[in-house]
Amino acid sequence: MARSNVFSRRQRPEKFEDLDPSLEVVEDLDPSPSMVESEGLHVLAVDDSLVDRKVIERLLKISSCKVTAVDSGRRALQFLGLDGENSVGLDGLKVNMVITDYCMPGMTGYELLKKIKESSTFREVPVVIMSSENVLARIDRCLEEGAEEFIVKPVKLSDVKRLKHNLTREEGQENEPRWSYKRKLQDGPSSLPSSPLSSSPSSSSTSTFTLSSPSSPESPSRRAKVASSE
Amino acid sequence: MLGLGADRLRADMNRLLALLFHQGVLDEQFLQLQQLQDETSPNFVYEVVTIFFNESEKLLRNLRELLLDKEFSDYKKIGIHLNQFMGSSSSIGAKRVRNVCVAFRAASEQNNRAGCLRALELLEHEYCYLKNKLHELFQIEQQRAMAAAVRYPIQD
Repeated sequence: MARSNVFSRRQRPEKFEDLDPSLEVVEDLDPSPSMVESEGLHVLAVDDSLVDRKVIERLLKISSCKVTAVDSGRRALQFLGLDGENSVGLDGLKVNMVITDYCMPGMTGYELLKKIKESSTFREVPVVIMSSENVLARIDRCLEEGAEEFIVKPVKLSDVKRLKHNLTREEGQENEPRWSYKRKLQDGPSSLPSSPLSSSPSSSSTSTFTLSSPSSPESPSRRAKVASSE
Repeated sequence: MLGLGADRLRADMNRLLALLFHQGVLDEQFLQLQQLQDETSPNFVYEVVTIFFNESEKLLRNLRELLLDKEFSDYKKIGIHLNQFMGSSSSIGAKRVRNVCVAFRAASEQNNRAGCLRALELLEHEYCYLKNKLHELFQIEQQRAMAAAVRYPIQD
């Protein structure tokens, strides 16, 4: 039996094949300044184990990513400016992905995931959870909360390559739309097809539905706006 | 002469590695670490393993202190230490060490003190063996690198 160490939103049975026809696709001609080239991907790695930090840092660097490695969820929130204490509003700071261990003293990776998804600035940043335990309930919980992937440790180079590939993949390919699309549907208001995943606690009251991830590097970002009455 | 030495040392290294794999002491994650080593990070494996040794020895000391305490009862703390140990050992490919941790953790979940003590002894034994073998590996690698450097001296 093939044993997978990766669980991804993309593998989940619930799929959203059809866009709501009320959505219109608007081509964004001015690439957002937050777009980075694949070489400039900045990843925030969170793990309380020094051994694991060293390994994940190397995995990411060898994959041409910039890395910031911290040892706790709290430090991660501090770095992102989400700890409520110093809202420094680091405009130049751009994090393309967060990869965090699940089991950490203090704040777990799950709690960190929630905090990131609750923030307006960073909710679109993909968060990957790593864990040495293959616990289905844990995996489900993380994916439900909006985790991009759940990887059972040890993390391998192929995992990082895949994550990077997903981050930098262009839209409009034959593969299904990017993961942020699915995640966004959870937040959408009633104009979107009813989602079995709509138990997301972070409900958005806006009517804007973003199709593209802000970290799209090559293609101009395409945004789908819900034709809503305001 | 020295050129032959470098090749023979490389063969020694491979033989040792093969043995450790065969014994289940190391698994493919160790190979993954080797793949991460290159000119930009030429001592990567050594550095990670050194961190692992330092962390492990601390963990083993803590586990021993906890279990040998007459009034010991904090199995949860044992579990926390073991989770850390399990995580780091799996990250470097220390398969047998990790497996002993799993059994150790099972004993601690059953509040089985005698079982924990036995597991601790086994863990210390496995850890010692691993440490010795990895030191041997690093020594051979160091000798091989030196021998290879002499074989290809920088030309003036």
